Amino acid sequence: MTDQIPKPDPEVTPENKPYWDAAKNHELLLKKCVDCGHYRSPIYITANICPNCGSRKPADWVKASGRGKVYTWVVMHRVFHPGFEPEYPLVIAELEEGPRMLANMRGIPNSEIKAGMPVKVIFEKLNENITLPQFAPADK
Amino acid sequence: MAKFKDKCAIVGLGYTPQGKLPDWTVRELFLEASRNAIDDAGLKPHDIDGILVELCWTDPTTQCWALQQDLGIKELSLSANYDSMGASGGCKIQLATMAIEAGLCKNVLIAFVEKTATAPAVPYRGGMGTMMAYGLFGAMPGIALLAHRHMIQYGTTSEQLGEVAVTVRKHAMLNPKAQMRAPMTLEDHQKSRYVAWPLHLLDCSILSDGARACVVTSAKHAKDLPQPPVYIMGFGQGHVVMDPVHRHDPLSTGAARSGKHAFKMAGIKPKDVDVLGLYDATTYNIVTQLEELGFCKRGEGGSFVQNGRIGLGGEIPVNTSGGMLSEVYLQGWTGIPEVVSQLRGTCGERQVKDAEIGLVTNQGGFICFHSTLILRR
Repeated sequence: MTDQIPKPDPEVTPENKPYWDAAKNHELLLKKCVDCGHYRSPIYITANICPNCGSRKPADWVKASGRGKVYTWVVMHRVFHPGFEPEYPLVIAELEEGPRMLANMRGIPNSEIKAGMPVKVIFEKLNENITLPQFAPADK
Repeated sequence: MAKFKDKCAIVGLGYTPQGKLPDWTVRELFLEASRNAIDDAGLKPHDIDGILVELCWTDPTTQCWALQQDLGIKELSLSANYDSMGASGGCKIQLATMAIEAGLCKNVLIAFVEKTATAPAVPYRGGMGTMMAYGLFGAMPGIALLAHRHMIQYGTTSEQLGEVAVTVRKHAMLNPKAQMRAPMTLEDHQKSRYVAWPLHLLDCSILSDGARACVVTSAKHAKDLPQPPVYIMGFGQGHVVMDPVHRHDPLSTGAARSGKHAFKMAGIKPKDVDVLGLYDATTYNIVTQLEELGFCKRGEGGSFVQNGRIGLGGEIPVNTSGGMLSEVYLQGWTGIPEVVSQLRGTCGERQVKDAEIGLVTNQGGFICFHSTLILRR
């Protein structure tokens, strides 16, 4: 599906650039604290200090399994940006590693999304610069 | 903590016209509400020695210095712009109370203005990671994600949320100033279009232009002023991580912490409250706050709002003006003046008989900033 008007690009910053570079190669990255092992999403928590233990050591960029379970979702009927078509799903899933993640669900009708259903991360190329991680249903 | 109990009072309320006001500038509305609050308190602008304002998205010049300039006040002892989003109103009243009690100032003017009905829409502020890339714009979808999680976890239904919308609409029908006064049935709610499924249009607050203000002073000084003082009996705040995706417990909003402080300071329990003003960005906000503030248990908010319990004449009337769902969307300033008016006994047809103690909350962001005020006459 090609949208006529482009969707807004995510904010790419020096801190989160490795995340977006990896997405182009179809890999989902998380940051893992080398001291306490806490996983964090590099696109929401951009600071280089661990929010769990305060460690200032550079965190490891680790490849996530890309598997999770649906925590909650809504279906957007009201569209606030012309890049989106009405009735698109916004899904929050809990990743196996712990952090939750927001994305759109692909591959099934909205009516088939269920709480707790297993999902896997797939990758959707928006443009030359951005590939967006998305959710699709996964086997148990 | 108890040292702040009953030490200060709200002694002036300022209103403006409300609804769609294309002929008013934001600054004019701001000044009008402020002047009216000072008049209502029986004071003159030069009596004001503290000004607290909050961020207005549609005109960023509505700042403390601008209001000082427009009121012609030479010098202030306290002046600040506050930003806890929708929770700022209650938070500013708390700050004013602390500043007065500290001896820093005497009469604090607290003002709010917004023009969401007729001013051009402003882009959502950045800093929220990739939300917009996925199509999450503004607070409403974020709140809907939480509301749906509440449904998943506790079995709360859309009909129960509809009950909230219908109840506050009945209140608005008794309020001549309310924007939405047409009768609403549960069927109307269920048939209204979805905004972010499972939330319908009639689960959402309306859009409005308008401004409101109040004056806070010491309880001692309040006795010399014309209005019956409404004393600040207790207050508290609670703030959780803004982003609902990464919040530690998405269904914990800060309201519980905020309410606990306020009840402790006031030395009362939920059953002692006669009237509630709960921040109602959506119907779900009311359900979750009733739980978090201890009016019912976690997960029971959906059934609590049924059977007329939160309506006028019910166990605990909520949002007697019609709230942001049906009266006017002036964020925290929809509820604060209404609860103060209930305690002044000036609410006419929608007056809660013998209301002595009121509780009013403000929330901001994705239900992440929270203020609770407990007031008494």
